[in-house]
Amino acid sequence: MLTKRIIPCLDIKDGRTVKGVNFEDIKDAGDPVTLAALYAAQGADELVFLDITATVEKRKTLSELVNKIAHRINIPFTVGGGIRSIDDVSVLLQNGADKISINTAAFENPFLIELIAKNFGSQCVVLAIDAKKEEDDEWYVYLHGGRTKTNRLVKDWANQAVSLGVGEILLTSMNHDGTKQGFALDITSQLAMALPVPIIASGGGGTEQHFYDVFTEGKADAALAASIFHYKEMSIPHLKNGLSQKGITMRL
Amino acid sequence: MNIAIVKYNAGNIQSVLYALERIGLSALVTDDAEQIQKADKVIFPGVGEARTAMQYLQERNLDQLIQNLKQPVLGICLGMQLMCAHSEENETTCLGIFENKVKYFTSDTPTIKVPQMGWNTISQLKTNLFHQIPEKSYAYFVHGYYAELSEYTIATTHYIQPYSSALQKDNFYGVQFHPEKSAAIGEQILQNFIHI
Repeated sequence: MLTKRIIPCLDIKDGRTVKGVNFEDIKDAGDPVTLAALYAAQGADELVFLDITATVEKRKTLSELVNKIAHRINIPFTVGGGIRSIDDVSVLLQNGADKISINTAAFENPFLIELIAKNFGSQCVVLAIDAKKEEDDEWYVYLHGGRTKTNRLVKDWANQAVSLGVGEILLTSMNHDGTKQGFALDITSQLAMALPVPIIASGGGGTEQHFYDVFTEGKADAALAASIFHYKEMSIPHLKNGLSQKGITMRL
Repeated sequence: MNIAIVKYNAGNIQSVLYALERIGLSALVTDDAEQIQKADKVIFPGVGEARTAMQYLQERNLDQLIQNLKQPVLGICLGMQLMCAHSEENETTCLGIFENKVKYFTSDTPTIKVPQMGWNTISQLKTNLFHQIPEKSYAYFVHGYYAELSEYTIATTHYIQPYSSALQKDNFYGVQFHPEKSAAIGEQILQNFIHI
């Protein structure tokens, strides 16, 4: 059976991992390649690298980093952050990324999705959506790392993006992100039931039960988390073993 | 050991090269007929669309070249599908090395996604390609089309129905999953192929 996937996310700035501290068993906590290799060895199913660098030099630094990761890591990985053109995508894929994730640029120019899917295939296009539930109980799309609200409903945007060729959706609930109180089950299951592509749930995972809930009630295909792994609040093998014992199909 | 990776208009070629480098091997990525013919092992990778890939191969006479290779050849993902007889993907006539037909997954259940994306098991493993690979090992798959079961099936995976996750006929091997992305198991399978 196809397994559910556990995906650690690494935030990258100027070629270094941000957030990552307290790693006793690795020499350089800031080196994303070392951390990624550790996660891969522990049984992570995929990895996501999100570049939050804002300098003009970023593209070169990022492509060099992607190349190093590809030489070291034997599982699939996605790279995102500031991808705005087909050239950006091409460089990252050539350097060994398996998938790229796009967010604001795709919202502002949906044609970009079509272009990437046509040139490189839907399987490498992950649409990241930052979602926030407002007082009217509806989920809205936010842009620019959650700083800009739009009037677009998440379900509408996700639907359009899939019809344009997105192969997977990385859904982050801004209401839940950082709370460790559980994932947004309602919008996750709504998208999972409505769309033909896999949904990666993100934001709020703090305990094994939260992951169990998002795979069962939330119907997510994969779950992403960052700080609980970085700060060793939960180890990947422990999480995957626990979920497996509860009947979730996991690669152990 | 000369390993040639067939260069054509499909993705993931670099990933295969990097995976070989991780296990201490080097390879030449090439579409040069002579280089491919004289290689000890040939890897035919690919992520992409069947019809445009076949057209590209035909325009460069790489189709006949691949069909006539005598050394061990390993098709990966689209590469394996192109080694079959026919693909439903844009109704494409393929290389016909394996007589299998390649069909599109159809699912009536909304939570069963097409394409299949992620880790699934490989079972009923046959041939030295799977030397020291335990039954029900996990491999990484990304595909919307699948090869039917046949006499050439050397690994079986279940997604919606059982299908061929690996095929073999004479010197030709094909895997639907991505050994270059399937962790230690994938690296072992690549090693096994190199030692065939």
